[in-house]
Amino acid sequence: MATNFMEFQAPRLPANIPTRRLRVDRVQWFQTAESFRKSNARFLTLWGADDRDRDGGFRIYAAYLIPNTVMVVEHFIEDSASPSYPGIAGFYPAALRMQRAVADLLGISTDEADTRGWLRHGGWPESLFPLRRDVDGSQQYPVESAPYPFVPVEGDGVHEIAVGPVHAGTIEPGHFRFTVVGEKVLRLEERLGYTHKGVAKLFENSSQQNGHRLAARVSGDSAVAFSWAYCAALESLTQTVCPARAIILRALALEQERLANHLGDLGALGNDAGFAFGLTQFSRLKEELLRANIVAFGARYLMDYVVPGGVAFDMTPDARRLLLDLYDAMEPSVSQMRSIYDEHAGLQDRFREAGRLEQATAEKLGAIGLVARASGIACDLRVDHPWAPYDLLAPKLVVQTGGDVAARVQVRFDEILESLRLCRLFLSEPPKDAIRTSVPVATSGVLGVGLVEGWRGPVMIALETGPSGGIRRCHAHDPSWQNWPLIEYAILGNIVPDFPLINKSFNLSYSGQDG
Amino acid sequence: MSALTMVRQFGEVLLAIAIAPLFAGWIAQCRAWLQNRSAPPLTQPYRMLRKLFHKDVALATDASPLFRMTPYILFGTMVLAAAIIPSVATDLPFARVADAIALIGLFATARVFLSLAAMDIGTAFGSMGARRDMMIGFLAEPALLMVLFNAFLLSGSTALPSVVEASTAHPFLIDPSLVFAAVAFLMVLLAENARIPIDNPATHLELTMIHEAMVLEYSARHLALVEWSSDLKLFNYACIGFALFLPWGIAARGADGALTLGVAVIALLIKLIVAGAALALIESLSAKLRIFRAPEYLATAFLLAVLGLLVHLLLGA
Repeated sequence: MATNFMEFQAPRLPANIPTRRLRVDRVQWFQTAESFRKSNARFLTLWGADDRDRDGGFRIYAAYLIPNTVMVVEHFIEDSASPSYPGIAGFYPAALRMQRAVADLLGISTDEADTRGWLRHGGWPESLFPLRRDVDGSQQYPVESAPYPFVPVEGDGVHEIAVGPVHAGTIEPGHFRFTVVGEKVLRLEERLGYTHKGVAKLFENSSQQNGHRLAARVSGDSAVAFSWAYCAALESLTQTVCPARAIILRALALEQERLANHLGDLGALGNDAGFAFGLTQFSRLKEELLRANIVAFGARYLMDYVVPGGVAFDMTPDARRLLLDLYDAMEPSVSQMRSIYDEHAGLQDRFREAGRLEQATAEKLGAIGLVARASGIACDLRVDHPWAPYDLLAPKLVVQTGGDVAARVQVRFDEILESLRLCRLFLSEPPKDAIRTSVPVATSGVLGVGLVEGWRGPVMIALETGPSGGIRRCHAHDPSWQNWPLIEYAILGNIVPDFPLINKSFNLSYSGQDG
Repeated sequence: MSALTMVRQFGEVLLAIAIAPLFAGWIAQCRAWLQNRSAPPLTQPYRMLRKLFHKDVALATDASPLFRMTPYILFGTMVLAAAIIPSVATDLPFARVADAIALIGLFATARVFLSLAAMDIGTAFGSMGARRDMMIGFLAEPALLMVLFNAFLLSGSTALPSVVEASTAHPFLIDPSLVFAAVAFLMVLLAENARIPIDNPATHLELTMIHEAMVLEYSARHLALVEWSSDLKLFNYACIGFALFLPWGIAARGADGALTLGVAVIALLIKLIVAGAALALIESLSAKLRIFRAPEYLATAFLLAVLGLLVHLLLGA
């Protein structure tokens, strides 16, 4: 089945970048995944929905990035008693954990060998599926934790190190099971899901006008990306056109978020290699940026800045001046820090060759976003599938081929400089019109998609509207889903004390993937 | 042995116990300045000790008496080491009984107990830290011995007071072999005291820890004693360094009146201030080594110390 053929058959979906929907049966669900894999389409996300109240069955969706288009494949599962569908992890390994999550939340199973739960940690009974319509999500259940069977490794001198979910530092919870010989890592298995908050269920109780606030809180460090993706989906569903000024301000906020996170990560990467000087310098740069955020956007972290129809806060001429001055001061500092990092023998010795993710592995496992760009994969929604205002700006695509910690550091440096260039462009002559327009209530039962390249990678919101301004189903996808499994490969052959540095170079979201 | 010698001996030990945390505080302060941070007060380590002594001990259920004894043994060995090292005066009754090789034995004893205590609880991190610390230790000790041999060759004695007296006899004569030994000693000092580039005392990353991983399970007064012992160990190492390479100002036997002792204490303080700043500078400039680079690092220290010996023998000093 050729990709072009499907585009003809597939009607358009409301979205900020061209998106089509393909309705398939059970066999075609499997075949489409296979043909997308063959044509090197990137796998984006997978989610399910309980539609028994509407047409007596469940639906499972998968989204793929094909050139110029996002393809949402939809499969209706008629068997509501024991719903199942063919797993696609054989083509897209990244789908496995998403399938396990769907099984936990909706009770839709696959034919994959790995049937362990993923998001359910005993917080609700095994026979209960919280995302089904007959569960309202308000009940409390006693926690009944069962042992999680990690894949055992045997051999002479092989032993396990269990780390987390509570760590020595103040970081998000996640469990890492290392199998080691001496200091060398033979195998790493992650167990996540400790911060599962039931966001998808919470969306069902939210109104369309308020959903952006919940979306912004899926992963706090990507608040702009998530809330923009949500608003883009809602605006596409209602054919709302945002004022030009609001679009520029959203993009500015997105780049500020990218800058803040990259600056923070670069400092933390220095610190994790024992170079505390880097941490203090980058912390200062990040702090200056966050303080400018208060003046320009009304908050340090841009939680509720992007709202349906525009943005919440207008940029004053003073704030514009302040930001431009900030960029002028930041650029030489960042360049200077970059030469310090590049020329520091001890630091480079830690960064180079550590946690190498080969391009072939990254391709096979479906790496996405910043991590993919550090392994030589050219992918960035702002470049490949540009939406307003990026369609007029031609952002530079940053790619490094090393695949190691050093490459991920370089990608961050390059992206900081590129973001500074974009921010200056946004501020050079911002259009003078309103910052917000009203968004009407969307018709019930329609699916819309919002896709935004956040600082980690593509953030996607699939929004299905409900009656009277409500939300029927909203799926928020964080790129960490794809990239978490990659760490299990990047660590192979490395030594245990290098893991924190490698993990930090990915800096994935726990909250975003746990949902 | 006169009463005065005993007073001198105990005075020196008390001084070491009292100002060891201050030295650690000073290094922390210099590090903060060098990293453009606002520094914690000099008294921060004392406040930390006070806080820890006021807390209740949380003890793992599997802790054996060894685990509870170890902090006291650690502290005891470090105090004893402070008594042997001529930091202010050379006429120390304790130093006459134990020479520098016994001193290394003392440090090794402390290491063995701490490693056993770390493994006693049975957590992955304790054993991991103990394993790594043993690796560092067995590489660092030969290098330290070689450094000491340099000094022994010059003075013809293995007792530190004799080494100090021999070098104060020719204060302006710098032996080239000592330059090699001094660099080697500095490298060993950083490694033995769990500092960058070998270990990072400030890290929160449990997988990268060496010393911190071993003491993760300690709390309250136990932790206070462990911390205090670490401060004392660093202080002791600094004083060994001063005795070997910068012996100026240390009151020699027979010439240790109140005035000379006063001068010696002031000289010690000045040396600590300079050494602390230098340590902070080294730590701020370097990143932590990958752990498997540690053998190379300590082999370099060993090699430098051997080079010092060779220089000494070849130049026939």
